[in-house]
Amino acid sequence: MNLIAGKLSRAGRSAVIPLTTVVLAFIVAGLVMLLTGTNPLTTYGAIFDGTGLNWLFPWVAGHTRVTAAQDLQQTLVSTAPLILTGLSVAFAFRVGLFNIGAQGQYTVGSIIAVWVATSWGGMNPVLHIFVSIVLAALIGGAWAALAGWLKATVGTHEVISTIMLNWVAIWVATYLFQEGGPLQGKQALGNPVSNTIANNMHLPVFWGNPELQGLDVGIFISLLAAVAYWAIMHRSTLGYEVRAVGHNPTAAQGSGISVSRNYILTMAICGVFAGLAASVDVLGWQFQVSSADISTSQVGFLGIAVALLGRNTAIGTVAAALLFGALETGTAAGNLTTTSLNPELAPQLTLIIEGLIVLLVSTDLIAVRILRLPRRLGWGGPEPGADLAEQLQPDDPALDAAEALRPEPGL
Amino acid sequence: MDKPPVLELRGITKKFGPVVANDRVDFDLQPGEVHALLGENGAGKSTLMSVLYGLYSPTSGEILVDGKPVGISSPNDAIDLGIGMVHQHFMFIPVMTITENIVLGNEPVKSGAARPIGVLDRRTARKRVKELSDAYGLAIDPDARIEDVSVGMQQRVEILRALYRNARILVLDEPTAVLTAQEITELMTVLRRLKQDGTAIIFISHKLGEVLEIADRVTVLRRGKSMGTVPREGATEQSLARMVVGRDVIFRVDKGTAEPREPVLNITGLEVLDDRGLEAVRGATLSVRGGEIVALAGVDGNGQTELVQAITGMRAPADGEIEVGGVDITGRGVRAASAAGVAHIAEDRHRVGLVLPFTLAENLALRRYRRPPLSRRGWLNLNAFRALAERLLGAFDVRGGDAGTPAAALSGGNQQKLCIAREIDSAPKLLVAHQPTRGLDVGAIEFVHSQLIAQRDAGAAVLLVSLESEEVRSLADRILVIYEGRIVAEFPPDADEEDLGIAMTGGTVAAA
Repeated sequence: MNLIAGKLSRAGRSAVIPLTTVVLAFIVAGLVMLLTGTNPLTTYGAIFDGTGLNWLFPWVAGHTRVTAAQDLQQTLVSTAPLILTGLSVAFAFRVGLFNIGAQGQYTVGSIIAVWVATSWGGMNPVLHIFVSIVLAALIGGAWAALAGWLKATVGTHEVISTIMLNWVAIWVATYLFQEGGPLQGKQALGNPVSNTIANNMHLPVFWGNPELQGLDVGIFISLLAAVAYWAIMHRSTLGYEVRAVGHNPTAAQGSGISVSRNYILTMAICGVFAGLAASVDVLGWQFQVSSADISTSQVGFLGIAVALLGRNTAIGTVAAALLFGALETGTAAGNLTTTSLNPELAPQLTLIIEGLIVLLVSTDLIAVRILRLPRRLGWGGPEPGADLAEQLQPDDPALDAAEALRPEPGL
Repeated sequence: MDKPPVLELRGITKKFGPVVANDRVDFDLQPGEVHALLGENGAGKSTLMSVLYGLYSPTSGEILVDGKPVGISSPNDAIDLGIGMVHQHFMFIPVMTITENIVLGNEPVKSGAARPIGVLDRRTARKRVKELSDAYGLAIDPDARIEDVSVGMQQRVEILRALYRNARILVLDEPTAVLTAQEITELMTVLRRLKQDGTAIIFISHKLGEVLEIADRVTVLRRGKSMGTVPREGATEQSLARMVVGRDVIFRVDKGTAEPREPVLNITGLEVLDDRGLEAVRGATLSVRGGEIVALAGVDGNGQTELVQAITGMRAPADGEIEVGGVDITGRGVRAASAAGVAHIAEDRHRVGLVLPFTLAENLALRRYRRPPLSRRGWLNLNAFRALAERLLGAFDVRGGDAGTPAAALSGGNQQKLCIAREIDSAPKLLVAHQPTRGLDVGAIEFVHSQLIAQRDAGAAVLLVSLESEEVRSLADRILVIYEGRIVAEFPPDADEEDLGIAMTGGTVAAA
């Protein structure tokens, strides 16, 4: 009894800060609306309806319900890749690396997914889809492992290498699909677009109309990936090593764990998640890849915000991805039915909210650091004791932040 | 008590949520007095001083300076009142010179220059620092960079910094924890000089010997409460220890005679490079037999750390050979060393010994999570984790948490017990204990020592690396002296302390 209550309250506590962050971001964005003479409440109401989440209310009926269902399908379609890129970034955070390269890993995944799916005619479609997904995931993994390998062998900082690899991936894709490029589609004369994936190679839509971008099974791939993430992190020796290295590489090394190996392996897994995200998009609703898509896509970068807000946990990442997916869909010009806000401006509002969330999430760690500063400086405060043990949670990122500030040699 | 005390704390209470760190503590300080504050880790010494220094505001109680109530809400207030703090962990800008670090925040400025962009008057700054250092016998090199000087000199710089700001009340937070025996003697001389000059000193420590040597009065804190203030006259180590832990403490380590067996650890011609690529261990040769404790004595920085890293597999030696139980483990990594039976109580439990955000169970599993029953085919068995934790936490009396508590929540002594539990439970052939009692209070030290002896008596070879000469002499069956990366002498445990000191400093007698 007590144990369960304790667990629940722990889970609740760890959700408090991200939820506060989101609420604060909405409030500040609301102030921006107020300043520009818009009513934030009606706008937020309209955005909410635009996400299709009102479908969950039983009293919504008739035509509204039909629209809501379509909107919700849209929201979930955009959530699926965000979960995966979020997991990609979160996994790296757990080993203490910053994977800014999810975008690049996603890009190479897109190339392979569309190329495989539009080649090798005559293969069994189900097998073909499967092969296309697996190869996209593997290429993403290999792409990211490159950064991990550079880190492990010559110490190249992963932030630099992953950013650089992003550009390599983006320009390779641009080259491949451009006019006259090796992968430009046969029917796409004049357009920098790939071949189009045949209908029998699409991920099946299980809710809504396939013609209207109904919800495909990609969301299940994402949710399965989140479960896999949790299982690897908390139930496997690999995850145990990853967390040990992330919290304290010196102690990990002192226990015989190879830090280099974990860096490479972790990055590879990150890339697999990002590559999966690409295959889910390409086979789920894009069906072709254009140079323009490649250079405007943000899904890998949004993964950073998703991971930060989700505090690098599986469930948190899913929730954060849903929030970001909903915001994107809810403010898409076509979904906003309001007179209070110019629909053209709505996507900018999303960007403001997203930016604020990232800002507040990062300052949240700063706040934790400041709060803990006195004790870190060896200035006493209670020596952590039994009561404090209740407040601290294992694996809390705040403990690492505090650790980073601990003076040496420590007692 | 003709004059009002220079400082008086009345009924200071400080609560952190439900935790009462200080409970109605009274404390007073006379001019020219050394008043020691004694207590176990977590007894509330540092909290009390943080209240005094304006880092925490007390939940209740008042502070009086020269008999007048004062409000101290920041370190700046404290400095203005003449309170100077010598931190346990020095706070310097490493790349700046000693002079620059001392005057920082209160720099003499060249006259004539515009106020907001004044030019540092280096000559005046240097002169004032030199004057202060001469006046109190605090030998420093004003032009050396902080990062290049010894810990002992850094501490003198901290004291000078406080004096530079006209401190009349000097708080020293465990000042001897980082010093060698020689440096401690020097510090005591400086403190006596300051005392003569009328400076009032609060001396925080958990080393009873030092407290008896320097203090005029001693106040003991236990679990946030003052256990009373006693004059040095009439106080003994026994009586103080009883006040600190609330029971009698065994000081003489109780151990039978060693029954050495076959050699377990054999090191020949070992050469190890440090992080900068310099030779830290230069041809060390030594051997430790099963059933004996060999202490490696030496001044910090003579290759002890690198030697331990080489034995435990954390650092590959440049040359030489390390054999444990007949197995050559030279440069073969931590897992090979571990498999050969090497256990390691790390010098720095926070940085090397523990993963602080990990639970106690996860920390206890660090060396064996890859084997059944803790894991099978790469998947963890959490029940086995919990069972391991429950068994070891009970057997080693680790308090302050259960299997699921993060290690960061434990007190220092319990964290050390956790490390020891993990390392000893594997029934090691060789136990390398590196500064195993650093920062621990008397009760925890007692526990650690008894564990090391128990390992010896069970037939393990124990290599104790320690900077505490008392610990070395009371635990060791043989003492090896390391100097500049070589084993330069061997002593029996009852060797003359002076001889030992001479060997540790390279055979030359230090001028008194």
